[in-house]
Amino acid sequence: MIDHVALAPAYAAAGTALLAFLTDLIVGRRGAVLTVTALGAAATVAAALWVPGPRTSFCGAAGCSYVWDDFAAVVGVTVAVAAFVAVLLCAPLLRAGVAPSGELCFLIGAAMTGGVVLGASRDLITLIVAIETLTLPLYAAVALRRRELASAQAAVTFFTVSVVSTAVTLLGAALLYAVTGTVHLNRLAAALTGGDAGPTQEQLQAAARVRLLAEAGTTEVVAVPAQPAASLPPGMAALAAAAVALVLVGLAFKVAAVPLHAWAPATYDGAPLPVAAFLSTASKAGGVAAILLVVVVGLGPQLAVAGPILAALAVVTMTVGNLVALRQQRMVRLLAWSSIAQAGYILAPLGVFALADGRSPDALRGAVMASLAYAVLFVLLELGAFAAVVALRGAADGGDLDDYRGAARRRPFVAGAFVLAMAGLAGLPPGLAGLFAKVTVVRSLLEGASGWLALVVALNAVVGAAYYVRASLALFRSPEGADEAPWPRVAWPVAVALVLVTIGAVVVGFAPQLVLSAVDLVIVG
Amino acid sequence: MLNVVLLVPALGALVAALLPARLDRAGRIVATVAAAVTFVAAALLAVDRHPPRFGVLRPWQEVNVAWVPSLDLSWHLGVDGISYPLVVLTALLTLLCAGFTVARVPGGRHGRHLAALLLVIEVGILGTFLALDLVLFFVFFEVVLLPMFAVIAIWGGPERRHAARKFVLYTLLGSVLLLVGVFTVVAGAGTADLVTLSDGAGATMTYGTQLAAFVLLAIAFAVKSPLWPLHTWLPDAHTEAPTVGSVILAGVLLKMGTYGLIRVAVGVAPDAAREVAPALGVLAVAAIIVGSLVCLAQTELKRLIAYSSVGHMGFVLLGVATLSPAGIRAALIANIAHGVITGLLFFLAGAVKDRAHTGDLTALGGLRETAPGLSGLLGFAAIASLGLPGLAGFWGEAFAVVAAVQRGGPLWTTLGVLGAVGGALTAAYFLRLLRRVTHGPAAPSVAALGERGRLTGAELWAWAPLAALALVLGLAPALVVAVADAPVTALTEVVSE
Repeated sequence: MIDHVALAPAYAAAGTALLAFLTDLIVGRRGAVLTVTALGAAATVAAALWVPGPRTSFCGAAGCSYVWDDFAAVVGVTVAVAAFVAVLLCAPLLRAGVAPSGELCFLIGAAMTGGVVLGASRDLITLIVAIETLTLPLYAAVALRRRELASAQAAVTFFTVSVVSTAVTLLGAALLYAVTGTVHLNRLAAALTGGDAGPTQEQLQAAARVRLLAEAGTTEVVAVPAQPAASLPPGMAALAAAAVALVLVGLAFKVAAVPLHAWAPATYDGAPLPVAAFLSTASKAGGVAAILLVVVVGLGPQLAVAGPILAALAVVTMTVGNLVALRQQRMVRLLAWSSIAQAGYILAPLGVFALADGRSPDALRGAVMASLAYAVLFVLLELGAFAAVVALRGAADGGDLDDYRGAARRRPFVAGAFVLAMAGLAGLPPGLAGLFAKVTVVRSLLEGASGWLALVVALNAVVGAAYYVRASLALFRSPEGADEAPWPRVAWPVAVALVLVTIGAVVVGFAPQLVLSAVDLVIVG
Repeated sequence: MLNVVLLVPALGALVAALLPARLDRAGRIVATVAAAVTFVAAALLAVDRHPPRFGVLRPWQEVNVAWVPSLDLSWHLGVDGISYPLVVLTALLTLLCAGFTVARVPGGRHGRHLAALLLVIEVGILGTFLALDLVLFFVFFEVVLLPMFAVIAIWGGPERRHAARKFVLYTLLGSVLLLVGVFTVVAGAGTADLVTLSDGAGATMTYGTQLAAFVLLAIAFAVKSPLWPLHTWLPDAHTEAPTVGSVILAGVLLKMGTYGLIRVAVGVAPDAAREVAPALGVLAVAAIIVGSLVCLAQTELKRLIAYSSVGHMGFVLLGVATLSPAGIRAALIANIAHGVITGLLFFLAGAVKDRAHTGDLTALGGLRETAPGLSGLLGFAAIASLGLPGLAGFWGEAFAVVAAVQRGGPLWTTLGVLGAVGGALTAAYFLRLLRRVTHGPAAPSVAALGERGRLTGAELWAWAPLAALALVLGLAPALVVAVADAPVTALTEVVSE
């Protein structure tokens, strides 16, 4: 039985891609393509907000593969907003003829479809297909800058690493299937708790309670069982642990977590700027959603295994990202390394699972909420940073930090928006949205009794501030010599995107409860 | 009224920053008017006092509105005897600095933006002093960082970028530790409300949690104060900052650290405070001695005054570390006195550097011959700073030493004696400063001053209130001590239990 209402956001996203393609074929004008895609992305946002959750679809005896609930809504809205902004940012690129409009818009629409489905997928196969749908179009989109070798190289790098990581995830998923005999996330949890593949009736009932699905208006959905997988036979337990590790490491690629991060700087720098913006926001948010779904819903009983892996990933990712970002001279590479570090902060709250105290229902709820809240706020701020960069650079690439000299004098409002985004990413006022994101993460860590991780996050924030401040200051230096390059005119779609994102960041900065409430509804348990 | 004190400077900053470049002067005047209104509103906070009958922390007035429930953050403001003098001092110094920018802008550029940033800094500092919610306290604590960074980095001296970066990273280190400390408390005690925490909710935390929280908070505030050995950002920041930046930095920004120590660290974790106090005392005395010795060898005017701040703040921390009513009272009065006197000293040092184009003590000399007014005021401020009885600097430092000796025991007696020695060293280096700068034959850079040696009207207007306050507080320290008496007694009773 297929519930088409539950699928409406996915239809909207897929329709966007299709319409972009058709408009390019039939009308063939870039303005029309751009408008249609942007409207489609906006419609996807609206659909994701409108569909009342929870609704299920593709249900079988083993459970449902597709559940549209609050979690799916948050992920869907985030991805669609990122796509909307990315499409608007394409305007200067298309006007200059650097990239073909139909293809670019189609690819972004297709990737958005993957992201929207991802949040609602509740079995490993749907999940992996969704995440591949999110990633696959981007291989091509990265290569779309015409006559640019760097662009093609970036695409090849991205493709190679991505294929490897997908293979690793698939291997992990296959092993999980071998251990449990199921791919549905809630049955996985039950099977990992209780012995062999065939769950008893009682366990099935427990499994039914163990899911993200929040019954509207109630808070009775029960916690994930916190016992380790003691009841699995010894060999199977080891296999399950290996499978968990493989799945996590594979998914870590999507969020560009160390050690699967090396593709990000080269890829972002070679890609067209709007694609880089989409990669560092929607793609990353998708990866986070996948990790949350797999870890919390599917591998709940294996938190003792997943916890230390996540904690280690988070610590290494934020530290390496921040330290390397310190040395960057190119704007987009700096943003890329910074977004690697940010992935570390996003994963950090999940590190509380490393200690037994952090696996209590309260700590679990806090950690998931903090992780998701940070991801959402990060996406907003990162979009702001990229929108400002596009506004300053037009169709060109990100350039060196030195290319931004004098921007504050000639484009004071764009520079102001950029500084606001940078301050937010650094977690400092006036970027209150980022400040509250940082506060949320630290709070969840201390509530989860992981003070050491909170200290690591705090010290990393200091390192991070160094390069965010440096990047902001670049705009305030006076240009060298008199031959000041003329600043490109800010295309109006870019201006619209920048204004919307900045207003969004300011509003959320003063009322962070909007985001925190939204993500708190999601995981009740 | 509490909201007005924060809203007026925020709105003033917004208006001043958004005015176009041709209305630069108007922008600075708008900012000054906003600062003046804020000052009046801050002063009026004392009029309407309704403290609750019971409790350790009894604010005269309160505002309490939920802001972000998920983060335990509420818009909870209040003012009492400990915060009131600091609030007024902040508003006063900002008013003087904003007024000063109307007359002169360092580097002559973007004066309205400088004035706007001063107002934003004011919002952060006032918010810190007024916040009665730990998370809100942290948010305001961080508000100050970037604006102050910009003031140093844009309007500062030749090495400004380096100094500004050092300032922002050091103080950010302090504030992230504060963040961790705050949430250690919130997770341990289950509330972020300072009134509840001071009333005993803080003491319900396990001893280990209290200790962790206190150490984190103490380090955070020690960076801000700054306490030796975490002070190294201060001399650079002061040397490079424009005059108004130095005045705000020394006058009130450092006080956020000492205030936080008294209100938050001691108030929330009294048991841990008792344990750690001796270590704090030792560091404070080390700061006094090290600060004085460095000053004796210092050859740059602003750097010398900056290091003298390290010594003075050492006295404040020594007073706090004794955890006795006398000691904390001494800390409060020393806090205010330092704000007034060092604010004045930085104004004067800025004036000297602007005129002679050097701050090198060896290249200055004979200032009283070409600029008698300036050198007279410098002499007055230096003597006030070295703690001459009858001027503001005396009470805090003398009673910090007295409180340490009263604490008794070999450790505290030694600390008291060493503190007194540090006081003598302070006198030595200020007299050396005066001998170098004001006396002796006129150095070439000073001799060439001519007419420029006179004080301008703007300078007189900015400095007169501070000079007068240095005198008034010296004659009647009760002005500060009396309002703070009840809260200090209540606080120390909890600690000594």
